[in-house]
Formats: sequence, structure tokens, C-alpha cells
Amino acid sequence: MSILTPSQTVGPYFAIGLTPESLDRKWIPTVTNDLVTPDVSGARIQIEGRVLDGDGEPINDCLLEIWQADAAGRYAHPADGRAPNAAFKGFGRAATNAGGHYLFRTIKPGQVRGPKDVLQAPHIVLAVFARGMLRQQYARIYFADEPANAHDPVLVLVPEVRRSTLLATPQPGTDPVVYQFDIHLQGDLETVFFDV
Amino acid sequence: MTLSYPRASLQSFPPALYPDYKSTVKRAPKHEPVLIPHTPSELTGPLYGHDSFRAGDDDLTRQHPGEPIGERIIVHGRVLDEDGRPVPNTLVEIWQANACGRYRHQREQHPAPLDPNFTGAGRTATDAEGRYRFVSIKPGAYPWGNHPNAWRPAHIHFSVFGPSFLSRLVTQMYFPGDPLFAFDPIFQSIADERARLRLVSAFDLATTVPDWALAYRFDIVVRGRDQTPPTS
Repeated sequence: MSILTPSQTVGPYFAIGLTPESLDRKWIPTVTNDLVTPDVSGARIQIEGRVLDGDGEPINDCLLEIWQADAAGRYAHPADGRAPNAAFKGFGRAATNAGGHYLFRTIKPGQVRGPKDVLQAPHIVLAVFARGMLRQQYARIYFADEPANAHDPVLVLVPEVRRSTLLATPQPGTDPVVYQFDIHLQGDLETVFFDV
Repeated sequence: MTLSYPRASLQSFPPALYPDYKSTVKRAPKHEPVLIPHTPSELTGPLYGHDSFRAGDDDLTRQHPGEPIGERIIVHGRVLDEDGRPVPNTLVEIWQANACGRYRHQREQHPAPLDPNFTGAGRTATDAEGRYRFVSIKPGAYPWGNHPNAWRPAHIHFSVFGPSFLSRLVTQMYFPGDPLFAFDPIFQSIADERARLRLVSAFDLATTVPDWALAYRFDIVVRGRDQTPPTS
């Protein structure tokens, strides 16, 4: 076994390489915050929110990455063993702005298998990077209006009082539905992060 | 609990909280992370290979009409998993300061010149043996506000995908023998010296190009699936 190359902070200037659209450069981004491909099936949704530090101050130099299945619960990856939905890749990347806001446009994922082939509730995997974070933190975005949450094999491992930190909340009267999901690195509402 | 990737390997990573690096104090989660099984959501990950960028994106010296000022370098190496298997066709992205230690970013204001011929972004994908190669210029040391007279050792930021979302790695490559190592809390946040030295590239005379460029080798080891069959 080789020693892993250690993580180091993404630093304050990651936009140069990773989210160049926020700097208005000619460098074409590999990945953006819009995951929707013209041919993808499924319910269009928007996920937005803020990233906040231990003083409740917005973090304006945070990088978020999301990874998700398509509407049928298939990942665009050979380990899934099934063809993905159209051109949908299921991966997105967003930087927070001056107010700590971020936004993703995507589709609502379907259910994917979990331990012992129990179906998991629809969720999106989230990785959080920032200046001042020496390693990424992993979380999941679940949907507050999803009945399957009650039987999700991962949510059940989270202390009940903290589960709401992983639930994105649908905003009334929005179409496509806007889900609100704030990320708190510390504080009373500290987001649940996973040891994976 | 089904854990396909060994978690013990993460011991080489720095802690979330390292007070000498002051920005960690308000950004390190205070709760213990919750242990969860590795499901298909963790064991799959984005695939971006040779079709996801343009030819020439791996040469940071040819993105503008003129050549950037600085010491021309070749940075190359392999992406491997922790069992030594090469990771083929995986995206490697880099960004860096110019030869004066200045980043081309609107929040970067320290009084060193920008170089009109240098943006500082590059990307490529590994070949079938996990190899990658960039051409760039050597970045300068960079002053920052962590403590009085704080300077970052010269570094290139690396972003690597690897085989799954768990193997995702963002790190920094340093240059051998930098006198700033001892004073840099970001480098020193890694407790294990052998792990720390993983971040220091090796001068590679064999890959230098006479009369043109020096070369540095930087191999990257990402998390990989445990080969040992699980005991049930």
C-alpha cells in the first residue's frame, strides 16, 4: 500500500482553473453549475443556498461539487453497469459569489441501491472545498418533500436532531422547483458531514 | 458496514482544524463526521477524459500571443491508486501564480506584476499508464496574510478525479528544497513527514529538454478500492 497524496486547501484562487466562468476568461470550463442536457429526462430542479462559516458569515471563496444519478437512479459510470440517461453526466461544480450564494440547475435524481440492496432515498452527493479547508468535506443533499427519506439507510445513521441539515427545502410557487440548501461549516445548524 | 475503500489510508491527510493556518478555525466542522457505508453513490464518480478539453490545454506557455516570463518547466508524473494501479484517462487540472508569485484573480492585490502572457490554468487527462504532462513556468513564492511576513512556498494547485467520488483529490505540488517549507502552516499541517514529502516534486534531469526546459516529476496517489475480499 502506498501512502496517499495528502489533500491541501483549494485556496482562494481556484476559479482560475476550476470555475473560470466567474472570472470571465477565455478558458472554457470543463464543468459548470448547470447539469441539464437537452435530452435528459426527469424533473428540472434548481438547488441554491449559501455557505456560512462559524460566525455565520457568508463564505465567498467556496467550491462545491455535486454528483448524482439520473432520474432512473443510474450513474454515468461503468460501475453502475447500466447505460446513463442520454448525455447527462451527473456532475456539477459551482463557486460561491460575494454573498456566499451558489446555485445548481439539474434534475431530481431517482433512487439508487444502498447496503443490502435497500433502495436509498433520492439524494445528491456533495463535496465542499474552500480556502481554510485543508481537506474536502462530504455531505448529501436530500429532498425534504420526499417520503422515502423515512427509510433511507444513510439518514438513519444521522442523529435525528441533525437530519434536517441534509434536507433541501422546496420553495412554494417555484417552477422548476427551487430547493433551498444552506451549508453551515460550524454553529447550531452545522451541516452533517460524513466519514467516508 | 460495507466500506470498499480503506479509511485508514486517510491518515496521511491533514486535519480539518489546524490553528496555525488561521482560516481553519472558523471553517473546520466541530462535530465528528458521521460514518456511513460506501454505496454506489460514493463508489462511482464523474468521468472526464481526453474528450473534455482542447489540444494544447496542457501547455500554459502557449495560451497568449507571447511567451510568459519565467523559468520554463515540464511537470509530469503518474496518477496511481493506493495499490499502485495506474489510473487511466482521468482529468488532471492545475492552476498557479505567475513567475512573480501573482495570481490572475481580481481578489489578488499584492504588488507584483501580472504577466499579460500568462493565465495560469491547465488541464489534461492521464494516458493508459496513468501518465500526464504539463508545460508551464515555475511559479514564484506568494505573500499572504496568515501571520506577519507569511509566504507560501512556490506551488502548483492540482485537482484530480480518480476512479470514484471518494478518490477526488485537490492538493498542491511543491518544488524540492524550498526554504519556506518550515514556515508554511499549510504544508506543515500534514503530521507524517513521509506523507508531507509526497507533495514535493522531484527534479528530473532525464526529462529536462536541453536548452529549453527543466523538469519535475510529481506522482499522485489517490484512494482505491481495497483488493482484499471482505470477510463476512
